[in-house]
Amino acid sequence: MADYLLMMVTAIFANNILLIRFLGLCPFVGVSTSLESALGMSAAALFVNVLASTISWNVYNFLLVPLELEYLRTVAFILVIASLVQLVEIILQKVAPALYRALGIYLPLITTNCMIFGVAVLNIQEKHSFMETIVYAFATAIGFSLALIILAAIRERFALGKVPAMMSGFPAALITAGLMALCFTGFMGLGQ
Amino acid sequence: MIPILTAIGAMAFLGLLLSIVLGLAAKVFYVYVDPRIEQICDALPGANCGGCGYAGCSDFAEAIVCLGASPDGCVAAGASTTEAVCSIMGLSAGLGERYVARIFCQGDEQKAVQRFDYNGALDCAAAIVSTGGDKACEFGCVGLGTCVRACPFDAMEMGGNRLPLVDQNLCTGCGNCVQACPREIPLLIPISQKTANLCSSHEAGKTVKQVCSIGCIGCSVCKKKCPEGAVDMEDKLAVVNPAHCTGQGVCLEKCPTGSMVSLQSPALEKPEASSAQETA
Repeated sequence: MADYLLMMVTAIFANNILLIRFLGLCPFVGVSTSLESALGMSAAALFVNVLASTISWNVYNFLLVPLELEYLRTVAFILVIASLVQLVEIILQKVAPALYRALGIYLPLITTNCMIFGVAVLNIQEKHSFMETIVYAFATAIGFSLALIILAAIRERFALGKVPAMMSGFPAALITAGLMALCFTGFMGLGQ
Repeated sequence: MIPILTAIGAMAFLGLLLSIVLGLAAKVFYVYVDPRIEQICDALPGANCGGCGYAGCSDFAEAIVCLGASPDGCVAAGASTTEAVCSIMGLSAGLGERYVARIFCQGDEQKAVQRFDYNGALDCAAAIVSTGGDKACEFGCVGLGTCVRACPFDAMEMGGNRLPLVDQNLCTGCGNCVQACPREIPLLIPISQKTANLCSSHEAGKTVKQVCSIGCIGCSVCKKKCPEGAVDMEDKLAVVNPAHCTGQGVCLEKCPTGSMVSLQSPALEKPEASSAQETA
């Protein structure tokens, strides 16, 4: 239990997927303009990340490893993630139309998010067990949500402030993201 | 040779498995979508302005098909779009009058009294919450352009005298500026309205005179002199009823401050304001 807790703290803070590992940066600047869309993106990412990692882990260990096809994991994982997102979309549209509408464009966008693929690969590289894979995927997605929501909140604040014209929009967001990454390096050495 | 065949076989198996799952899911979780929704979506402007009262163009298209919303609800579209939507739905088009936004304040930097130099956030709502705005009039335009930024059609711009200008040709009457304004400065009126009292102040005449040289002082001379009875007094503010106004211009001559304005010259606001900028 303590191991899992440690793994979660490490994945959320010390090895934050966005701010330390720099994976999944497109939504970090793209979807952080308002708190509402950041929350939608976080929920969708959390959902898909856990599901994709779990299935990728099974595909790797029960299909690719026995056939000695480990080198095909990139292709296989992309295939799995893309179909999975499609599947989730089809099911959500039928079962929970309200949720489907709330997630909107963010759900299909996740197909091309490098965080989802990155976590699936990291699970293999770190030789995680099945339970560890689930916990790790959950924790990285929480870390992703944390960074995304903090940035969105900051950007909402200075949307009203006086930002020089050359700095408004993306430049200011990138500098803020850089300062946040600097803050998060303060967690280095925490955990594993 | 064998490893390549295994690789091909494994990927083909994975692909086949996933496509079967997806195919089954598409059958089991099939949702019927009316093809007319997409057709209407294509016909609509796609600006997602929300002027129809729905979340966006696709939402409005769904409402037309499923909930029976009126096809002429799209304020941004011209008559041709409404006709296209009607033909998709098999209805005959009945067109309503076009509404446009007008700025109901003429208190620019020269005419309205300023209490102090405002140096805060460039947003009208923020200015009102923090300081009440720098102009002394409690009803007038704050002049920080919140409505201009809310316009999805680029029909508005800030004039040099800190009053927003509306391009009557580009304005679609979506009403986003009306909602964005923390006061009630932009209002939607019929494009055919001939005269309007471009002032929003409900203050007594004495107070209005202290804060603005072009405000409506509520003297109600326009109401008394109007031969058509088209002017009503609403809490010390003259309001023109577009249904009765014939644009004879009696009120324009009688108005002591000039807050009553003729709207009959086409695209009145922009050229007038630009010439005002040149003289200023």
